[in-house]
Amino acid sequence: MMKNNEQLTKEMFQKVHDNFEHAEKINRPSVSYWADVWRRIKENKLAMLGLILIISLSILAIIGPYINGYSYYEQNFMEKNLKPNAEHWFGTDQLGRDIFTRVWYGARISLFIGVMAALIDFLVGIIYGGISGMASGRTDNIMMRIAEILYAIPYLLMVILLMVVMEQGLWTIILAMTLTGWIPMARLVRGQVLQMKEQEFVQASEALGAKTGWVLRKHMIPNTMGPILVNVTLTVPTAIFAEATLSFLGLGIPAPQASWGTMANDALDSILVGNFYQLFFPAILISLTMFAFNVFGDGLRDALDPKLRK
Amino acid sequence: MFRYTLKRLGWAIVTLWAVITITFLLMHSIPGNPFAKEGTMPEAVYNNLQHYYNLDKPLVVQYGLYLKQLAQFDFGPSLKSKTITVNDYIVNGFPVSLHLGMQALVIAIAFGLIFGVIASLNRNRWPDYVSMVLSIIGISVPSFILATFLINFVAVEWGLLPVATWSSWSHTVLPSVSLAMMPMAYIARLMRSSMLEVLGQDYINTARAKGIAKHMIIFKHAIRNAILPVVTVLGIITANLVTGSFIIEQIFGIPGMGEMFVKGIFNRDYPVILGSTIFYAAILIFLVFIVDIAYTFIDPRIKITGESK
Amino acid sequence: MSKKLLAVFSLLLVLMFGLAGCFSGDSEDVTKDDSTDTADTSTDTDTSEDTESTNDGGEEKILHLNNSSEPGALHPGLAEGTHDSWPLNHLFEGLTKKSPDGEVEPGMAEKWETSEDGLEWTFFLKQDVNWSNGDPVTAEDFKYAWLHALDPNVGSSYAYQLYYLKGATEYNSADIEAVSDEDLTKLREEVGIEAVDEKTLKVTLAQPTPYFLDLTSFYTYFPINKNVQEENPEWYQEADGYVSNGAFTLEEWKHKESITLKKNENYYDKDQINLDGINFLMIEEASTTWQMYRNGELDFLYPLPQDVVGQMSENDDPEFNIAPDLAIYYYNFNTEKKPFNNAKVRKALSMAINREDLVEFVAQGGQQPAYGVVPEGINDVDGDFRQNGGALFESDLEKAKALLAEGLKEEGMDSMDEFVILYNTSEGHQAIASAIQEMWRKNLDVSTKLENVEFQVKLDREKAGDFMVSRAGWIGDYVDPMTFMDLWVTDGPYNDANWSNTEYDSLIEKAKTTMDAAERMDAMHQAEQILMDEMPVMPIYFYTKPFTVKPYVKDIYTPINKYTQFHYADIEKE
Repeated sequence: MMKNNEQLTKEMFQKVHDNFEHAEKINRPSVSYWADVWRRIKENKLAMLGLILIISLSILAIIGPYINGYSYYEQNFMEKNLKPNAEHWFGTDQLGRDIFTRVWYGARISLFIGVMAALIDFLVGIIYGGISGMASGRTDNIMMRIAEILYAIPYLLMVILLMVVMEQGLWTIILAMTLTGWIPMARLVRGQVLQMKEQEFVQASEALGAKTGWVLRKHMIPNTMGPILVNVTLTVPTAIFAEATLSFLGLGIPAPQASWGTMANDALDSILVGNFYQLFFPAILISLTMFAFNVFGDGLRDALDPKLRK
Repeated sequence: MFRYTLKRLGWAIVTLWAVITITFLLMHSIPGNPFAKEGTMPEAVYNNLQHYYNLDKPLVVQYGLYLKQLAQFDFGPSLKSKTITVNDYIVNGFPVSLHLGMQALVIAIAFGLIFGVIASLNRNRWPDYVSMVLSIIGISVPSFILATFLINFVAVEWGLLPVATWSSWSHTVLPSVSLAMMPMAYIARLMRSSMLEVLGQDYINTARAKGIAKHMIIFKHAIRNAILPVVTVLGIITANLVTGSFIIEQIFGIPGMGEMFVKGIFNRDYPVILGSTIFYAAILIFLVFIVDIAYTFIDPRIKITGESK
Repeated sequence: MSKKLLAVFSLLLVLMFGLAGCFSGDSEDVTKDDSTDTADTSTDTDTSEDTESTNDGGEEKILHLNNSSEPGALHPGLAEGTHDSWPLNHLFEGLTKKSPDGEVEPGMAEKWETSEDGLEWTFFLKQDVNWSNGDPVTAEDFKYAWLHALDPNVGSSYAYQLYYLKGATEYNSADIEAVSDEDLTKLREEVGIEAVDEKTLKVTLAQPTPYFLDLTSFYTYFPINKNVQEENPEWYQEADGYVSNGAFTLEEWKHKESITLKKNENYYDKDQINLDGINFLMIEEASTTWQMYRNGELDFLYPLPQDVVGQMSENDDPEFNIAPDLAIYYYNFNTEKKPFNNAKVRKALSMAINREDLVEFVAQGGQQPAYGVVPEGINDVDGDFRQNGGALFESDLEKAKALLAEGLKEEGMDSMDEFVILYNTSEGHQAIASAIQEMWRKNLDVSTKLENVEFQVKLDREKAGDFMVSRAGWIGDYVDPMTFMDLWVTDGPYNDANWSNTEYDSLIEKAKTTMDAAERMDAMHQAEQILMDEMPVMPIYFYTKPFTVKPYVKDIYTPINKYTQFHYADIEKE
């Protein structure tokens, strides 16, 4: 080949990548990635069950309160503490309100709060924890100490202060919930990043000149997604019950509006007099939601990371 | 390591000071006062009480007095009790909460890890499903509902265990179980997913290819590498468990320190608020430090001391 | 693999039982610490079993109660509230005490005299009354106790209960920063208490107080042992060294766990006392204590979970009782905010709720619907004040609608704007508020929002006038209509409705100064009628004290302004 005495000139060489984004570019079209994900989820029966459950719960949250002709606030003392029957499918509560209607009305609030809180905790936690873990050293130290301070300050004090300065409402609850809710998530992400950072493939990527953000996005997060997703799905029920606590403190949605958390709370004493059904319906719906998010989360994670498939 | 420890100790003091100062400002900025009640309290009585507890002094002076007092490890009196001081609250309450918390922690870690590991090794087979259902129940049934049920059935209907109070080991079983369910489920789920992640890594495949025995792979490599997220969350979980759960202590009539965190604030019992906060913060800071140190033991490549790069 | 797992698992189990081991060790240490100084040094882990076994003759009669919460101070002068007063009422005895029928009867004093103008009272103490340590109870002990509570340096929150004494207000209000020691001593000496001799106490009041005798059975008026207090100012903080003069003594105090009282062998009337002791637990959760009661671990229970009250009263459970209470549940209207400045609007709202339904279906504790502010159980000149007064208004939907329209027109409004009902967080308050909200919506087409806030925030907002309608309650301090009637005088400290009516004010003033009982009661009846015509506050119901008690507990009684008393109680198990 060199016989022609061709001179190797500088022009003949081209920088492979002046842009790190090309560093690991796979030059085959990845046309079917999302389609592939979707195909894999569809194959996973449990994940599909979870998805169907989430969709049906959402639909029922929208139409449920209008199905049997009662309103969430109407009281009828003559019909209080009725067991489930043809008129009141899920029975009635201590003030004679229809539990079926209230439970679906509550689904709106609880599902919204649960999902929003999980989402915000997830985003803030990933960003904060990711930066802290990648930076390490001084930045990591200071960021973690700030998180510690925030976590150690009595949460109730902050809630009472919020209650004084803000209006009652959904967004206030979500703010109150995410005030410190992101911290465990951030610590989890940071721990994962610290561990992952020392793995060979990450170091290889860094050696190839990939920038921190890239490494974080393309290697760290996907490879630590499992525990993070577990944490996100767990935030949902925690948030649903936290809402009840906050409502009880006066921050939440005012009575007579219902949420699963407040309904479960109010019904707690009904166990003492044998009215288990008042607790059963909100509790079972919270569990179902939890189940749906869990299996769907698992399925999603598997689908995103083909390596885990068996 | 020694230098690092010293450095963290210095940071701990700074962190504690920040917590104290912010809490001090917060608690004086919310409405209410420790002597408020529904009804009449003559001006004179109110003034006498304010004077008795130095609350009539300017905030800066109160803050200074408090720090001075704190330097002698004195958390001051409780404004709601002429009998017990904040130190008494902690000295009497912490051992109880610690005992309950540790017991719950042991249950949570033991069963959480076992369920998590078994589930991950039997992925999508029945042990996995059983573990998942248990976890979902553990997470979506909060401790106070579980406690109410346990009391109603296990204690009263079936008469197997005492209802409440803190007077013998059998009295500790129901509260420990109620407290343990949630962290147990959390650990199980976390461990399962972390294990799955690790089991899919190349080095596990390599080890397998090299013909290393399966249990060796699981114990030497998989569990060790997968346990990191569990260790991370254990820091905060432990801090919360050993300082007492208000709701569980309330339901079971346990004389722990959990109520300080809640009632102190509702009563605007300033020394109780500060005392409990400082105590909690110290424990949290300590455990977070331990977690960071634990990282380097689990994976010696992890550098947290800041010398890297 | 499973072997290793098993190893880890068993290690953890060992750890757990290690903890269990340390538990029993711990508890022994604790009891040893507590009991080394007391005569009885049995190492008990379970009090009930132990007390039964230590007694050689027959079963000991120990009553098991729940005090809900750790007392703040078992000291008469420092005590405040029911957590303190329930044990305290069994530990101490004042100059007088209440009989099971609610009559004032001699306690430490055998008799007393009053001067013509009602200002001077002389009490003659019984000769044979002693403290639990054997010291005689003297007039000086009373004088010392009352002055101690009034001392501005002590910081007693119930000191104002003694403001009826001449010079008491002045002494307690002295500015401690500014006043000299001599001036303070002088103020102290001017308080109208005098120990004439060892057994004679002379009291001078600031103004005639018809219910003063009733007050002398209240706990702030209990004596304390002067020598004990002076020798050890912290005597009341532990069972060891605790000295009292009532039917029981303090045997054991496990802070935040339990209080055990024992029959006082030095009590003058000890033959009347049948119980060997009383054990108070401190468990706050009502559902837990209910389960303990069901399980036979408690003999008496108050308060009860609301759902349980509803069920028991529905079933006419034989163990279920409803005792009267000296307290009212009501709503404040903010009379400074439109349209609540209009009496017709206030009255319309008040007439449009169905109190009978609220009581029967929501509150469920046998409460009395309130059509006035003074509850039943307070003596009039003849008969009962409430019964004589009757219902001062009625629920009437048609009239309410008309009144509302009229009132709104007067204020130049077409319709009622949505307003907020403010209440402090509690399931019970929420249920009542939700029910009232529905009644107003259905009956008057008035829409409201509910807002629950933390208790302290509510107090703050009421004081600042930052509310429209707010929930309130009042528990009478003493058994006289005045404890309710003087709440709404102009600028009164608990007049959160900010209502002012000169006629009402002058009637209350008249009742406070007149010596004539009939005139006094009449003035208060008139004042109550004005209050209900103007309706700055909307009475809802009079509280009750629903409790359960095991059938083997006999001879208990519940004074209207106290928790159930067990002085003369007995346990008669088959």
